[in-house]
Formats: sequence, C-alpha cells, structure tokens
Amino acid sequence: MPRDDFVIRIGGDTAIGGVISTGENFTVAAARLGFRTFTFRTYPAEIKGGHAWFQVRISNRPVYSLGDGCDILITFDQEAYELHKADLNEGGVLIYDSNLVAPEHDGFIEYGIPFQKIAREELDFVRGTNVLILGVMAGLFGLPPASLEEMVRNRYKRRAELMEKNLEALRHGFEYTKGIQKQDKFWLGTADHIARLIMSGNDAITAGALHSGCRYFAGYPITPASDILETMAVQLPRFGGVCLQAEDEMAALASVIGASYAGTRAMTATSGPGFSLMTELMGLASMGEIPVVIVNAQRSGPSTGMPTKLEQGDLFHAIYGGHGDFPRIVLAPASVQNCFRVTVLAFGLAEKYQMPVIILSDQSLSHRTETIEQVNVEGFPVMERLRPDGATPEDYLRYQLNDNGISPMAIPGVDPQTYVSPGLEHDERGHPRLSAGIHEAMTKKRFRKLELVRDHIDTEEFAPRYGDEPAELGIIGWGATQGSIREAVDRAREKGYKVAAMHPRCLNPLPEKRLREFIESCERILVPECNYQGQFAHHMAAELGVQPMRMNKIGGLPFTPGEIFAKIEEVLAHAYA
Amino acid sequence: MPTRDGAQAAATAEIETLTIKDYKSGDKPVWCPGCGDFGVLSATYKALAQLQLPKKDVVVVSGIGCSSRTPYFMSTYGFHGVHGRSLPIATGIKLTNPDLTVLVMGGDGDLMAIGAGHFPHAAARNIDVTCVMMDNQTYGLTKAQASPTSFIGHKSKSTPYGVITKPMRPVMFALTSGATFVARGYSAKPNDLTQLLQQGIEHKGFSFIHVQSPCAEFFNTYDYYDEHITNLPEGWNTQNLEKAMALATTEEKVHLGVFYEEDRPVFERTAHEFEAQINEFVLDDYLKRFA
Repeated sequence: MPRDDFVIRIGGDTAIGGVISTGENFTVAAARLGFRTFTFRTYPAEIKGGHAWFQVRISNRPVYSLGDGCDILITFDQEAYELHKADLNEGGVLIYDSNLVAPEHDGFIEYGIPFQKIAREELDFVRGTNVLILGVMAGLFGLPPASLEEMVRNRYKRRAELMEKNLEALRHGFEYTKGIQKQDKFWLGTADHIARLIMSGNDAITAGALHSGCRYFAGYPITPASDILETMAVQLPRFGGVCLQAEDEMAALASVIGASYAGTRAMTATSGPGFSLMTELMGLASMGEIPVVIVNAQRSGPSTGMPTKLEQGDLFHAIYGGHGDFPRIVLAPASVQNCFRVTVLAFGLAEKYQMPVIILSDQSLSHRTETIEQVNVEGFPVMERLRPDGATPEDYLRYQLNDNGISPMAIPGVDPQTYVSPGLEHDERGHPRLSAGIHEAMTKKRFRKLELVRDHIDTEEFAPRYGDEPAELGIIGWGATQGSIREAVDRAREKGYKVAAMHPRCLNPLPEKRLREFIESCERILVPECNYQGQFAHHMAAELGVQPMRMNKIGGLPFTPGEIFAKIEEVLAHAYA
Repeated sequence: MPTRDGAQAAATAEIETLTIKDYKSGDKPVWCPGCGDFGVLSATYKALAQLQLPKKDVVVVSGIGCSSRTPYFMSTYGFHGVHGRSLPIATGIKLTNPDLTVLVMGGDGDLMAIGAGHFPHAAARNIDVTCVMMDNQTYGLTKAQASPTSFIGHKSKSTPYGVITKPMRPVMFALTSGATFVARGYSAKPNDLTQLLQQGIEHKGFSFIHVQSPCAEFFNTYDYYDEHITNLPEGWNTQNLEKAMALATTEEKVHLGVFYEEDRPVFERTAHEFEAQINEFVLDDYLKRFA
C-alpha cells in the first residue's frame, strides 16, 4: 500500500542556494492541488553560508504537526547527510548528489543522482540544480509537473530566457526519474483540489492585525519577527496607516503607546531580547491603561541565545516581568490558523480592558507555513474602548473608580475632555497623588479589569478540550505544541489509552474553571513545554495549586508527535505496572 | 439667522477668548522657589494663548525629571511617560494624528542621557514636534547628581572629585542630527522665550529649543548666565548651518535666539502620502496573496 502522508527534508549549505526555495516551491505546488502541507525550517545564524534545512509534511488529509523524523531526505552535500541521516525513518529514502555525498549504505532506499554534473554538462545551467531536483521529486513522488511548470512560468514571466532554462531543467529532472527503478512506497495520490491558504504564523498575525483595524505599527528588526515589520511597511500605507522602523525596541513600544493614546489601534512585534527592552514601557501602558498589542515571537535565550531556534522560554517574563504590580493579558496562539483569531481577540481585549496584551508566538510558528482552511471571521464579539460619552471636560474622570474598573478614555484632537496620561500613581483625573489610599484604590481598579478578563476568557474558544472524558492522562499544552499533542493523543487513543488534551490560548489570566474541570476529569496531568524551567507547569502550580508531571525539551526544535506519544506510553505503562 | 460667515466669525471670537489662564490646569507646580522652569512654563502658557490653540488639539509629552512634570500644570492633553521616552511617544502621537500640536518638554537628563538615543532620530526624521529642553545641568529630582551638561570640574554628589566628562552640547547635537529649527533661550528672559516657543510651534518640522533653566536649589547658575548670555549677532542668517555650528560650540558666550532654520518635508506627512489612494481593508482580497 502506498504511503501518502510523508515528510520530505532538504538540507544543504545556503551558499549553494536553493535549499529553502526548492522546498517552498514543492510545498506551494502541492498545496495548490489541494494537498495539506506543514513546513518547518531553520536558517543558519550566519549571514551567508552555513547549513540550512527545510522540511515539509504532505498529505491529502489534514495534518497538525511537522510529523516524526523524515521519510525522504534530500542532501545537497555531505554535511547535510551527516546532520540528518539519524532522523531518517526506517524504510526511508535517501536522495543525494552522487558526486558530492558518500553515504554509508545503512539500509535506506537510495537514489544517487549527479545533480550538479547534469545541470552543468547536460543543461549548461548550474544555477538550475534546484529546479532539476524539483523535477526529480515530482517524478518520484507523484506530484503532477504541470503545477510546478506554472510556478516557474510565473516566477520568470518577465525573463523569457531564464524561464525556458528553468522549464528545461524541471522537465529534465522529471524525465530522468523514468529511468529510475522506484523501490519506495511513497506516492502522493490525489487531493481534493480545494483552494486553501498557505500562510506562516507571522502572515496570519499580520492579517489578523490589519483586519482588527491596526493602523500603526512600529518595530525594530529582530529574528524571527522581522517579517511582520516588513509586511506592515508594505501594507499599512495602502490602508491609511503608518509603519515606523524605530531606533530600538523601547522607541517601538513607546511610539505604539503614543499612537494608541492618540486613538489608533497599534501593535509592535519583537523577540526575547527586544521584549526585555520593552518591559518598562509595558508597565507604563498598564499604569496609563493604554491598549497595546505586543507580539513576542519567542526564540532560544537567554541573551542572544539561538536566534533562529525555538523555545517557550519567555512565559515568566510575559506574565511576571516588570517592576510593580500590574495587570496584562498573555495570549498564545496554537497554530497558524489560530494566530489570526488570537490576534483579532488580542486587539479586542486590549481595547475593551485598556491594558497591554502580549501575543506569545515562537520561532517555529513564525516561520513555518501551513495550508489552512479559509480564515474564519465569525463569532468575534465587538470590543471597543470606552469613550467619555457626554461628560463635561470639568467633570471628566479618566481613571474613574467604578465597579468594573473600566473607565472612559478621551482621544486628543477629538474629545474636549483633556487629561494627562500618567506614569505616576494618580487620582481619578490622572493627576499625581502618592498616598497609600489612592495607590490601593487604583491598584485594585486596574486589577478589577483582569478579573473581568478572567470571566471573559473562561470559554471553549480560549481553552478548547480534545479527546476522552474522563481520561487516564490529560495533557495541558500551550502555544505551537498543539498539533504534536493532538496527533500523539490520536495515536494513544487508537491504541486504547484514554487520553485528553487542553490547550489554553489565554495564559494570563488562566481560564480557571475550564482548567479545573479538565484536571478533575483526568487521573493525572502532563505539561509538555519547550523550556527548561517548566514555566507553564510552574504558573499552573502557583495559580491552581496543582503539581502536574512535566516534560521539557530545550534543544531549539519543536516536539514531534512521536516524542509525546512515547511519553504517554511511558506514563501510562508506569501507571499500570 | 447667522450666515455661514457669521457663524465662523462667532466661532473664531469664541476661540479668541482663550487666555493664559485657560491653559493652566489648576495644579500648583511642585518646583522649588527660583526654579527656571517657572519661567519656561509661563512662556509656554503665553505662546499657546498667543497662537490661540484649542486645548483639545495640544498634547504636552514629557519623560521623568523636574521639568517633565510640566504636563500636569497644563489644561491641554498631556502624557507623562517613563524616563527618556518622551520623543518616541510623541512620534507615535504625531504619526497617528499629524494635525495635533505636540510639545515635548523635558530636562537634560531625560533628553541628553537616558533618552539621547532617540533625540537624533526624531530630529533626522523631522517629526513636527517642538522639543523644549530645560537644561539645569544637574539632576534636581534625585537631588544634585551631575548631568550630561554639567561643566568640567563640577562637584556634585555623584562626582565628588569633579566632573571629568566633556559636557554635551545640545544645540550642536540638534544641528548635526538634522533638526530643522534650532534655538536657545533663557528662563530668566521669558518674553524672548515666548517668542522662540511661538516660532518653534509654528515651524513645520522638528523644533529644538534649548533653554538654560537654572536650578536654584542644587546648581545655581543665574549669575553665570546673566554674565555669559548674549543675543545672536544682529542680522543673523538662520540658513547657514556651518556658522550656526560655530556659534553652538563656542565657549566664550552663550548665544540666545534662532540658530538655524530649514524647510524640509515632515516625516508624518510624507508617511501618510506614500499611497495616492487609501483603500478599505477587505480581508478576502488581502488573503488572495496566500492562495
């Protein structure tokens, strides 16, 4: 029986070029035919040269994770072979340049092809090596070449000569495979031809922000958040907005605070080092009760860490970072599709509750692409900031002490109710009052809003549940680990284990009722996360008084479904012993 | 029934009733007796009244320090931010609403030390704000430490052996960074200062007004400035950057007046004009690029 759900990995030195683009082109061509794709990529931290790899999982059924290991490994050079051979699954296929790679012939199905030599001698077009490889991939694994030809035509539509050379290379690769005796069982089959979107997490966050009415963005370049800045720089002027490349991350968030104060929905995006710099200003936004959205695409830390690798290491900072007691909302999108919804909800929550909202994404989510169903914009509640309706300028109280803590915010140039937005502790008008009584009343006012948020987010939207009820094991994850957890749960249930998962999107405040109900319905709780300290497990222990089992991975790569499945078996086997 | 012109005249008449008093918040300044900042504050009230700017269209942004308390004494909109970040906050406000009149008011610590990384960028972008730096050459709020503009040899609590760092030259800094209106005033000459503030607010682009504003409590320099100040030469050409730089760096005298003026496009206006046509955001259209 053919295998129609498999993982292709391509590795090589970026100095040669084409490692990432070969993978991307194959992915887009497959997705346009209706295949579901899930990519994963890492770049070298070097500017030019260095090893890069790209991976795509392709299936004609929905896929939720990057998969386990790889089934097909394409190596441009010896280094790629050495680095990735251990990840090649049993029965896997190794495709390599037979003049550049000397494999050890240890049981894999091998297709050695002198790619560069063919490109140079038969095509007189060395730069076409990656397109030649695309043709070989299409021929070997059942991707109709017409879809790839269309992509080549589009890409070189203004350069006829290059288009012809690339098309020739593509066809040459495809024809070449007719002379290969196919020994493997990987074959794509047919897909449903339904149009889906191919987006990265950063794409989905940007689209969500624009859809939410974000018309001001400021950022400072940082991996892996820079492409949000770059997209905003192109898009915002088209819709009447402004994008600022700030001189540093403090200026970025400060100007976002200024823009929001002046009445515009505003956002910044950064990664750990920049997020650290923004911390003082996050407190200012919370003190002045100014809605802002801050995207932190987490990467491995501390300090400069591993800029192109993932880690879920900034949760403590997002929830607890900063001096003084101040409320903030922390959201974590669970997939590319979810990035859009979470961003729209982030803007709504920021506006309604007048405080900073942090979106904790991560490197894998930022840069991977997924084929997603059309974006669902249904069911978003209207959430706007409260304005000083009718109050005379003399009576207007920007920081009015009331039952729910939400007080009216006037807009300069629009509302006659002028006020000073303070960083000092202040009275209801916003003027400095440093007494114990005022500080207590105002601190409570600010935190009353967080209690409203707690009720607001204790819903299925913010804490979806998956799997059995009751369950022998419940897995609670956050952020981009959702897909691997889901697939591991599916596998465990197929084997007869009673397993469930909950994946909260709001991490501060926690969806307490739903989490408690979930925990009560499971005999034991496991929290997998990509950090050393078990930051979410720690947070749950502090907030809910539970002590979950922990599972931590810190290598800079995401969990695979197999790793989580193995842990499920280990835990439950131990429980039965 | 009033004609349209009549209604407009009536509206204008109403606006013209704005007086100095209208710009006061009613909160009494927290400054020490003799502080130069009183002179700057009253000059600011006067400049706003002379320009008849509606209170709702003015935002005074500041950072941290004695002078950064200014917004609380104004009845306009205000923003008292964190230390050093007044210029980027003002940048966000102007980029969102270029029609607002934005004043950035702060001290030598706020703008030349902790916020000095933002100063050249705001000037180079030519954000249309008026940046008023009340320079007392000391940290008043934290009580008498040295500042980036303290004189060499100045003994303070944080420099008991005397300052050994060359003082920063704010006017020169503004000129080299690309500020398009650069002036210096003295808090003890409030009428001249009012005139500079008015010109700075009316100037389209980044206006920097360096105000010598002595601290009577910790570093009283009134005598020094009374002796050293002089107006810029009669008939001074405000278009000559080289000569402006020469007088900005001279140490014999402290020149008052408008050093330099330049007409250059304003960042926020240009940034709003990149696209000739502004469209509604339509999600389905936007998502087509991902299909």
